[in-house]
Amino acid sequence: MQMIKTLSAAVVVIGLAASAGSVHAAGKGPKAPAQDWSFQGIFGTYDQAALQRGFQVYKNVCAACHGLSRIAFRNLEDLGYNEDEIKAIASEYEVTDGPDEEGDMFDRTAIPADRWPSPFPNKQAAQSANGGAYPLDLSLITKARAGGGDSAIRVSMLQPTGFPIGADYVYGLLTGYLEEAPEGFEIADTQYYNKYFPGHAISMAPPLYEDAVEYADGTPATMSQMAHDVATFLTWTAEPELNERKNMGLKVILFLIVFTAMLYALKRKIWADLH
Amino acid sequence: MSGASSDYKSNNAIVNWIEYRLPVFSFLDSQLNKYPTPKNLNYFWNFGSLAGIILVIMIVSGITLAMNYAAIESAAFDSVDRIMRDVNFGWLIRYIHMNGAHFFFFIVYIHIFRGLYYGSYKAPREILWMVGIFILLAMMATAFMGYVLPWGQMSFWGATVITNLFSAFPLIGESVVEWLWGGFVVGNPTLNRFFALHYLLPFVIVGLVFVHLWALHMHHSNNPTGVEIKDEKEDTIPFHPYYTIKDMFGLGVFLIFFAFIVFYAPNYLGHPDNYVPANSLVTPSLIVPEWYFLPFYAILRAFTDEYFIYAWFLQWFMSAKLAGVIAMFASILVLLALPWLDRSRVRSSKYRPIYKVAFWVFAIDCVILGWVGGQPAEGVYVTITQWATFYYFFHLIILVPVIGVLERPKPLPSSIAASVKGSHAPQAAE
Repeated sequence: MQMIKTLSAAVVVIGLAASAGSVHAAGKGPKAPAQDWSFQGIFGTYDQAALQRGFQVYKNVCAACHGLSRIAFRNLEDLGYNEDEIKAIASEYEVTDGPDEEGDMFDRTAIPADRWPSPFPNKQAAQSANGGAYPLDLSLITKARAGGGDSAIRVSMLQPTGFPIGADYVYGLLTGYLEEAPEGFEIADTQYYNKYFPGHAISMAPPLYEDAVEYADGTPATMSQMAHDVATFLTWTAEPELNERKNMGLKVILFLIVFTAMLYALKRKIWADLH
Repeated sequence: MSGASSDYKSNNAIVNWIEYRLPVFSFLDSQLNKYPTPKNLNYFWNFGSLAGIILVIMIVSGITLAMNYAAIESAAFDSVDRIMRDVNFGWLIRYIHMNGAHFFFFIVYIHIFRGLYYGSYKAPREILWMVGIFILLAMMATAFMGYVLPWGQMSFWGATVITNLFSAFPLIGESVVEWLWGGFVVGNPTLNRFFALHYLLPFVIVGLVFVHLWALHMHHSNNPTGVEIKDEKEDTIPFHPYYTIKDMFGLGVFLIFFAFIVFYAPNYLGHPDNYVPANSLVTPSLIVPEWYFLPFYAILRAFTDEYFIYAWFLQWFMSAKLAGVIAMFASILVLLALPWLDRSRVRSSKYRPIYKVAFWVFAIDCVILGWVGGQPAEGVYVTITQWATFYYFFHLIILVPVIGVLERPKPLPSSIAASVKGSHAPQAAE
């Protein structure tokens, strides 16, 4: 009996580890090292100041080429902006609406209900403006790269030494440019060498440089600060429910532990007359 | 159906009125309340009812998702994203459904291995076992089609790879694939029919579950000794309250694990590529199915032109691809024959010293198949895949019958009651 229990526990552990079989780092090459994130682990939540700074980096740097089409201006409430601030941010943008009564499309100032306007009207326009490369929409990027979204478990059977999450990958990519490709690595003139990009040859020029933005809160805009902030922001765009999810999870699990303990006591009591 | 004799009586006039016309109360009383259950079931017997409960969780969460989902090529991915962002608690419903599938398989696999360990498939429970295998097949079809619905990269390419398997069949293969797709590529018609079938099949599973339970209640649960119930009074206890509370407790433990994944690592078991919208022009670097398919995926990929089983026996009859497809289906279908492959009359591995070892080696082999199924098909992985595949079939087709004949089992307890008294009582009852 004892052996069965031990073995079954082992099977459960192996099974759970094996179940992460499908968690894979994208492509080959070195894994982006794990960074410290405010939202990691069970109690982690978004650091609002970092989100606002990251938003500033996105808005001033990334947004020139990358869309964020799944995010509406109203969602910025999560970052701590109030209604007036959101209206003010939205009013900086124009969106195409229509058709009007004459059947014509027209441009108007964006309102909080609008989704983030994409920098290019379509994929072809984006490609032709970027030498054939397509700047991806970033709304879901952290969930779609490396080990996916924020996970409280960071090891799997396939990656027993641990795997990076999407935010680690974004941070690694933004800070992982080398001035020169290593000797013997063939690279086109329009491409750059990046340590963490699958295949290393990336068409995006290094987007960040020291003081690329001037942070509203006065934080010095170092490379790693900006990369860290924007990776936090992009984790929020991919998982805006994270704070609510973890908060609810804690309550649910605490309830279940108490409830299950009570069920166990009841089970013992009901079964007692059999022994 | 056998069970406690229906001496059901009620003082409630309405209950009696209904009972006279439709004996539903006496039925429930005999099948759920007084239903005699071996008193020595261990916690592995929790997984059957757990599987039933998670099936209900999947159906309820699935129907609510379907209310917000659009099975249209151009809208499917966006509609799922909208569920995650804008539908009230949509993220919770989707994460429950998505991870529920993983847990459903995890639970069902433990349930199956419990049956293998304790010989629950043996007479007179062969049909019970076979219906269970059909449930597994229906689950696999449902899970596969459900995975296609979010229309991410892995959805699209998974659907492409798996449906293409049918092209391995000579002559009719290509037409079958086009018939499955409803076109010449995986596209809108494929997505639409997969959604229809993904909604239908769970109800087929519910039907099969009832047949499974019907067969179960004919001869009652097997138990860790594998000895049949001899004296209902001595050997059994009523299902309620003993096993209802034990199952409830098991459910509580399960929900703690489930909640942990849903709330803290909801994408741990998934693949990041599925958050990239489907793109027929970009193939993912490594197309891997969900973990619960990996052992079968490994068996499929084991069959290369150089694989010895193929080279020695099969190369004159079929292509390696076809052999792989057949082997993959055979790896499940062979389980249907297990009640007859196993020649031993003793059910429980507790009394079968050699089979017990073979069982654990087989279990480890299945885990190895699962692990290697997630690795790229190159180098040493191919060799491991091929030997693990060989052993999978070797165990079921050769070892099981041979051990059944040659093994000398340990003496069985005279009855369930005797086994409980014989051991340390409180532990055995757990």
